Amino acid sequence: MEKQNNIPRPVLEVRNISKDFSGVYALQNVDLEIFPGEVTAIIGENGAGKSTLMKIISGVYPEYEGDVLLNSEKVAFNNPKEAGEQGVVIIHQELNLVPHLSITENLFLGIEKTNRLGLLDYAAMNKQAKALLSRLHLDISPSTPVNQLRVGQQQLVEIAKALLLDSKVLIMDEPTSAISDQEVELLFKIIRELRSKGVAIVYISHKLNELFEIADRYSVLRDGRSMGSGQMKGVTHDQLIQLMVGRDLTNSFQKANTMSTTEVLRVENLTVQNPQNKNDLLVDDVSFTLHEGEILGICGLMGAGRTEVLEAIFGLYPKHVSGKISIGGKELKIRRVNDAIAAGIALVPEDRKLQGLVLNMSVAKNTSMASLEQISSFSFIRKKKEEELSELFIKKLSTKVASSNQTVGKLSGGNQQKVVIAKWLATNPRILLLDEPTRGIDVGAKSEIYRLINELAAQGMGIIMVSSELPEILALSDNILVLSESRLAATLSRTEATEEIIMKAALKEKE
Amino acid sequence: MNTVTLKQNLIKFQSIIALAAMCIALSLLSDRFLTPENTWNVMRQISVNVIISVGMTLVILTGGIDLSVGSILALAGAVTAGMLKFGAEFTDANLYIGFTLLGALIGGTLTGTLLGWFNGFTITRFKVPPFVATLAMLTIARGLTMLWTGGFPITGLGDNMAFIGTGWLLGIPMPVWISAIIVLAAVVLTNQTMLGRHIYAIGGNETAARLSGLKIKRIKTIVYSIAGALAGIGGIIVTSRLDSAQPNAGFGFELDSIAAVVIGGTSLSGGKGTIMGTVQGALIIGILNNGLVLLNVSPFWQQVIKGFVILLAVVIEKFNSKEE
Ligand SMILES: Nc1ncnc2c1ncn2[C@@H]1O[C@H](COP(=O)(O)OP(=O)(O)OP(=O)(O)O)[C@@H](O)[C@H]1O
Ligand SMILES: [Mg+2]
Repeated sequence: MEKQNNIPRPVLEVRNISKDFSGVYALQNVDLEIFPGEVTAIIGENGAGKSTLMKIISGVYPEYEGDVLLNSEKVAFNNPKEAGEQGVVIIHQELNLVPHLSITENLFLGIEKTNRLGLLDYAAMNKQAKALLSRLHLDISPSTPVNQLRVGQQQLVEIAKALLLDSKVLIMDEPTSAISDQEVELLFKIIRELRSKGVAIVYISHKLNELFEIADRYSVLRDGRSMGSGQMKGVTHDQLIQLMVGRDLTNSFQKANTMSTTEVLRVENLTVQNPQNKNDLLVDDVSFTLHEGEILGICGLMGAGRTEVLEAIFGLYPKHVSGKISIGGKELKIRRVNDAIAAGIALVPEDRKLQGLVLNMSVAKNTSMASLEQISSFSFIRKKKEEELSELFIKKLSTKVASSNQTVGKLSGGNQQKVVIAKWLATNPRILLLDEPTRGIDVGAKSEIYRLINELAAQGMGIIMVSSELPEILALSDNILVLSESRLAATLSRTEATEEIIMKAALKEKE
Repeated sequence: MNTVTLKQNLIKFQSIIALAAMCIALSLLSDRFLTPENTWNVMRQISVNVIISVGMTLVILTGGIDLSVGSILALAGAVTAGMLKFGAEFTDANLYIGFTLLGALIGGTLTGTLLGWFNGFTITRFKVPPFVATLAMLTIARGLTMLWTGGFPITGLGDNMAFIGTGWLLGIPMPVWISAIIVLAAVVLTNQTMLGRHIYAIGGNETAARLSGLKIKRIKTIVYSIAGALAGIGGIIVTSRLDSAQPNAGFGFELDSIAAVVIGGTSLSGGKGTIMGTVQGALIIGILNNGLVLLNVSPFWQQVIKGFVILLAVVIEKFNSKEE
């Protein structure tokens, strides 16, 4: 409707915004315009200030310098609720669900429906929740507590929660970091629907390909400053990267052939029961072998059992696993995490906030957490060695931190992920299990991590990597397992695997 | 920048500032406050609370709580006194064993350790919530104390025993020495050792700690055992000072101890806090108690005021952590 006078008017404007955290600027003089009926992509490296900017717009950080204008009027939201009432809704990068409450209870938290008696109207809420979930093809009962959901499913619930509100401006901070292509397509369908209804969408992602598919407009942040914006049409991949990092990325990652014939891990008939329901198999009769220097990729749709394979090997389902796991030719009974670690296994878990980090501890302390013995003598921690260890990985992974004493919880999402990776690399394992290792990591750092993974393989480490990003799997893996509905649908070698073959296998239904 | 660092320093040293303010105010209000006798008196009085609160801090850092310290203190004191005075007599076997002071002290401390270990055992093995497990122990240990003493004080323990609670060494009261050594050891434990780091990690995020290979059950059991042992030592000092083991000794000590920990800035949800903070918390409570007595405030009002101080401390703490 605004188009009548031919110049589209932005629904939301950010003018000259700066924000500091104890004297350190996360944003400086940033400008941004968001238009109705468009998807605006915000891009930038880890720690560039994207999430901070979004938190300012949506009222999470009420204190800042500069102005936010909604429909040309200055607004100052004191909290996300106020923003929500004016139609500005955010889906946060870090998951924010209440673990013990059900999906329905989470969706309607703060906006509960009541019946005439003033009691909660569960029937109505569940019905609406179910409809919403099926729109997202999430085939789970809405009364499931969210702590029983995988990270990707939780992300979909977060999305559902935002859809429940009537939004004029919908901000999505890395909504697809933990979901696979299938779910991404669904999300895009929904985004297109909303866009055609005139909703303004702000979309943050490190997956540039996604942006070319869904975004109309882009805006780049680098080190807290606006680096430019424009139409997606006409801009190239390389130009965006140039704007983001300020230099060309020689992104030519070359995989070396490092796989040996020495077997390091053999998994036979691995079966994992759902601890909540013994008849539901999370992993059903999966067998494979891993060699020294091999990178084994595992892919499949969400809920196919990828994470559970890694978790079972790492000893997280002590009473619900059957099958045989042998390491270096010897059968090993893994009853708890410590057995796995003692056998030289490390797991970079999928949920960094819940499983990976002690958020109120420093970067250095988190990094050394699983390898304290190495840096201690007689049980006394050598602080100097600890610092060196963490500095080493900060450099290796180009983690953006103020110092190694900085609290991990205050890092940007991608940089937190790098600390989790560092923690496990520091243990120098024989077998490294990686669950979505590059979740939320920017393009530049991603290729650094690929190089590192490759280097570790060259040193003889056996590596298993679960990832929702097929290009990543294809680029790194020597062999690829495709899981579908808890079963092994295909085992492919590097030479035979293509995206099409993998997708076809992943979609294979259980007969 | 400058204002920020000033503010941060104010936050960092808030309890020291509060302490100083209290001391200045009290020395203006009462000329009996800032005398050597009163100073040592306060120090001696708080030393037992400091000792117990060190253990409490470790427990709370793991995200737990220990309500049983007061009762464990009583039982350990009674066991020490009983061993010292009566020894162990087995009439059937016609056997009598007398104990030296050292034997009795070890007996008392071990009693505390054992009960603390039992707390840790029920909490980690049967997943009993710490609040419930130690609440049960509060009753159990008090009951055992009554059984052991028959409900009567055990008195007349000799000069050597009395020295522990009332003696002086190099111009400093013995209990102050003991608490200082324990505080020092605990500071080293929390800051320099793997066990200390593990304690913080468990309280900060138990799942992440478990996935990092920390032996959660073992660490928790050790922590509750330490808390029990320290309550035992506290019991010995109390018994020594009074030259008698009272069956109702240590009643309500858990509350003073939790108050010291909380005022000292340790978060009840675990993972955040320091031993020195707790020492400051214990000092604040101790000086407050002393000052209110010196100012002739009625005991009823003393309790009300103490309650409000605890609230105030926590509110300030919350406000500050939001500020960060
Ligand atoms: N609460 C906080 N306290 C201190 N510093 C913070 C806080 N939140 C963010 N920062 C800092 O501000 C900078 C920008 O962080 P932000 O989370 O906005 O980055 P981002 O662009 O979203 O990165 P990512 O792609 O990794 O999510 C980072 O350097 C981060 O360390
Ligand atoms: Mg972010």
